[in-house]
Amino acid sequence: MSAVSTGELLMKLWRGDASGGDFVEYRLPAQEGEVVLDVVHRIQATEAPDLAVRWNCKAGKCGSCSAEINGQPRLMCMTRMSTLPIDEPITISPMRTFPVIRDLVTDVSYNYEVAKLIPSFTPGPRPAEGYRMFQVDVERGQEFRKCIECFLCQNVCHVIRDHEENKAHYAGPRFLARLAELEMHPLDTLDRRAYIAERMGLGYCNITKCCTEVCPEGIHITDNAIIPLKERVVDQRYDPVAWLGRKIRGRPRPMTPADVEPYTGAAAKAARAGQAEAS
Amino acid sequence: MASVDYERHDYDVLVIGAGGAGMRAAIESLEQGCRTALVCKSLFGKAHTVMAEGGMAAALGNVWPEDNWQVHFRDTMRGGKMLNNWRMAQLHAQEAPDRVLELEAWGALFDRTPDGRILQRDFGGHRYARLAHVGDRTGLELIRTTQQRAVGLGIDVYMELKIVRLLKNDSGEVIGAVGFYRDKGNFVVFSAKSIVLATGGVGKSWKFTSNSWESTGDGHALALWAGADAIEMECVQFHPTGMIWPTSARGLLVTEGVRGDGGVLKNSEGERFMFNYISPYFKDETAETIEEGDKWYEDKVNYRRPPELLPRDEVARAINSEVKAGRGSPHGGVFLDIASRRSPEYIKRRLPSMYHQFKQLADVDITAVPMEIGPTCHYIMGGIRVDADTEETAVAGLFAAGEVAGGMHGANRLGGNSLSDLLVFGRRAGLAAAERAKASSVETTLSEAQIKEVIDHATSFFANEGGENPYDLHHELQETMQNLVGIIRTESELIEAKEKLAELGERAKKVTATGGREFNPGWHLALDLESMLAVANCTTLSAIERKESRGGHTRDDYPKADPELEKVNMVSRYREGNYSVTPEPKPEMPPELMALIELSEGEGKSAPAKEESK
Ligand SMILES: Cc1cc2nc3c(=O)[nH]c(=O)nc-3n(C[C@H](O)[C@H](O)[C@H](O)COP(=O)(O)OP(=O)(O)OC[C@H]3O[C@@H](n4cnc5c(N)ncnc54)[C@H](O)[C@@H]3O)c2cc1C
Ligand code: SF4
Ligand code: SF4
Ligand code: FES
Repeated sequence: MSAVSTGELLMKLWRGDASGGDFVEYRLPAQEGEVVLDVVHRIQATEAPDLAVRWNCKAGKCGSCSAEINGQPRLMCMTRMSTLPIDEPITISPMRTFPVIRDLVTDVSYNYEVAKLIPSFTPGPRPAEGYRMFQVDVERGQEFRKCIECFLCQNVCHVIRDHEENKAHYAGPRFLARLAELEMHPLDTLDRRAYIAERMGLGYCNITKCCTEVCPEGIHITDNAIIPLKERVVDQRYDPVAWLGRKIRGRPRPMTPADVEPYTGAAAKAARAGQAEAS
Repeated sequence: MASVDYERHDYDVLVIGAGGAGMRAAIESLEQGCRTALVCKSLFGKAHTVMAEGGMAAALGNVWPEDNWQVHFRDTMRGGKMLNNWRMAQLHAQEAPDRVLELEAWGALFDRTPDGRILQRDFGGHRYARLAHVGDRTGLELIRTTQQRAVGLGIDVYMELKIVRLLKNDSGEVIGAVGFYRDKGNFVVFSAKSIVLATGGVGKSWKFTSNSWESTGDGHALALWAGADAIEMECVQFHPTGMIWPTSARGLLVTEGVRGDGGVLKNSEGERFMFNYISPYFKDETAETIEEGDKWYEDKVNYRRPPELLPRDEVARAINSEVKAGRGSPHGGVFLDIASRRSPEYIKRRLPSMYHQFKQLADVDITAVPMEIGPTCHYIMGGIRVDADTEETAVAGLFAAGEVAGGMHGANRLGGNSLSDLLVFGRRAGLAAAERAKASSVETTLSEAQIKEVIDHATSFFANEGGENPYDLHHELQETMQNLVGIIRTESELIEAKEKLAELGERAKKVTATGGREFNPGWHLALDLESMLAVANCTTLSAIERKESRGGHTRDDYPKADPELEKVNMVSRYREGNYSVTPEPKPEMPPELMALIELSEGEGKSAPAKEESK
């Protein structure tokens, strides 16, 4: 069992903001059965009430508590202290790919901007007796829908980790998986291939698989999402299972600018601009 | 103070909360053509709803063709010990199937039946397998589907923004709200013709809870402070199966799906003790022997369900009694055993996130050994009183849907009835809010003085020099509620809690926030404490007032249900700085619906005879 030796913990937490910061040391007694987030919370409740950290579920379900623990991208709530070498100092720093807001909290808005650019699910008309889909057909999509949007895969992907400039034209593994999910959805009718290649930057991924390695949900981002997408987009080859639904329902509809209208359309932009008036 | 500085937005409809209820309300409002804003305390897509596991209840009849809204309605009313708002229970049962199918049309991938329809699973208190689900991550599917839909429609989202007060005009209508961005600490003022509260639950006032930090009862408090009524705040659900070890994971939910899929409860003597706790109310529909209960999993037509699947209040009380009688597990709970009953492959396929949760957090392999579990504070049935059809509160322009609203679940909620509730009433609230916004010529000019007052108050914690640490006060509040207003209650302890809360209320005004306004959890907690105290006060006062045991409210000194109190709502209000509770008559159910309940009760004796078991 996970009995942590009743010693003292030495935690080095990165503290600071956009203007800079450094690791600050905290010493506290070890307690049985704790995860990293518990220790961070104990520090917050005693020594550092203003220590900034995101969390919600404390059960690995919401993807809020991503950080780099001893340099490894992990969920703090799912990392047991007993799995770390606690006779050495333990460092916790914010995800590097995103700008720091404060302490362990980063500005992940890039991801939300990409999400807006994903052309929505577009089903065919609903038959009178309702849609029918079979378990084998939904399972591939279900794998990607396990995603808790922790953005750890985005954090480790070298295309954006070291190249801020690529964020403007690259969706990142999380959203390539989302696009694959849409493309594999048995009821979807939209053909996003050109868009995925041109606007979502699929070609930047060179299949290093770092994203798959860090995914806390164990999603095979590279093998099951990105590679099939590449095959489909580049070679226009058909993967028999994944594109099954498509075949049943006939030819997919090509995408038009209207499919990303809510965010890119002029009317939407004008409406939004009109709403935010400073006072 | 320097002149107040804030960001300003104007909308038709403002939706506060981006869980299932808020998402659905915002989608509806957008589709009605209203300018709509959605705000939430966390990042978008992280709301507490993502944690829901088991499924959403809807009488689709895919697995059991004999299921229909009437049976679902009856199960809901009986589960709620008849304290439900009958009209809400009716609308919910009638509309839930459409809401589930709508999710499918928006891209949700539910688990399927062999003939390609949405699969449904068994849950406590539901007569038929009724819960549409995706493994044990149904809440995530609901959130993602509605999130992606809302984004596709072009919703304006303001995330990591906490609303601290609602604003009203001179005619008493709600016309705006003041909040601040949690990351930067700057203030924001919204004006809107309608506001929908969808802020979720209240679990953070208790020590052991399955709820996330967001569940501080903000919406309950905002509505009460604005003059709305809350009902049945004493009816808090303690889910029977929360993790109890390791200590840090204490309270985390173990889905009821474990029992639906064959898991059983045992005490330290290895006895399936639930057979000793079948109340007369459920005797007719519950198996009497282990043999009969076990056969039900295979043949649901000819056998009755095992008592492990009784409604949650019954199971939680039984566990409590076993532990008190000294037959508990090493860490003070009981055992939930699926390992000895199902194959490891089956368990991993049906309950993947439970498998991982135990493996990762407790180093326990649930396919090999039993889990240790005990009750955890999970859900509040009580909430803001609303009109059943429109979800409008007593305050004009203010709507409430989801866990923050009261009435739908009566004294006890059935598993799976919350996710469907979010969609049914989220949609209705969004629709009514949009209609009001379109029809209304309401004057939404906000008073600068009011705004300044709210902002001055919110920032006052930085000026409280040498005050207490908000974390310490929160801890004391949780201890108080856990120990004195927990699963089993009694007059003297409730009075003690009431006095303690008065003291905590005074101290909470003087807590100190250290540091700056940028992402400062200590400051956020100081503000959250105000809401938690509002909830704690109403729950305690209503618990004193309801002198009976019913559903989630159990009084040691009044162990029986009082038929007179079935006809009564306990109404909480906030007036001139004080919380008060008054019993008021509850809407009466029309005879034709009453007949549904009585009729099917008799029917329950003989299980439906047609259809092979599925
Ligand atoms: C572990 C667990 C498992 C569950 N499983 C099931 C299940 O299987 N089936 C079922 O039917 N039910 C289940 N439930 C219950 C159900 O999940 C909840 O009741 C439901 O999700 C509540 O949804 P909601 O939309 O009302 O609020 P929430 O999802 O709690 O969302 C509240 C929203 O309001 C926002 N908010 C709160 N206060 C403020 C404020 N002051 N300013 C701005 N925003 C604010 C939050 O940020 C959040 O976005 C489960 C609950 C738990 C805890
Ligand atoms: S496999 Fe592709 S998406 Fe994943 S980390 Fe490597 S480059 Fe990035
Ligand atoms: S794909 Fe995996 S790593 Fe990436 S955001 Fe989703 S859960 Fe996180
Ligand atoms: S807190 Fe939700 S994933 Fe860690």
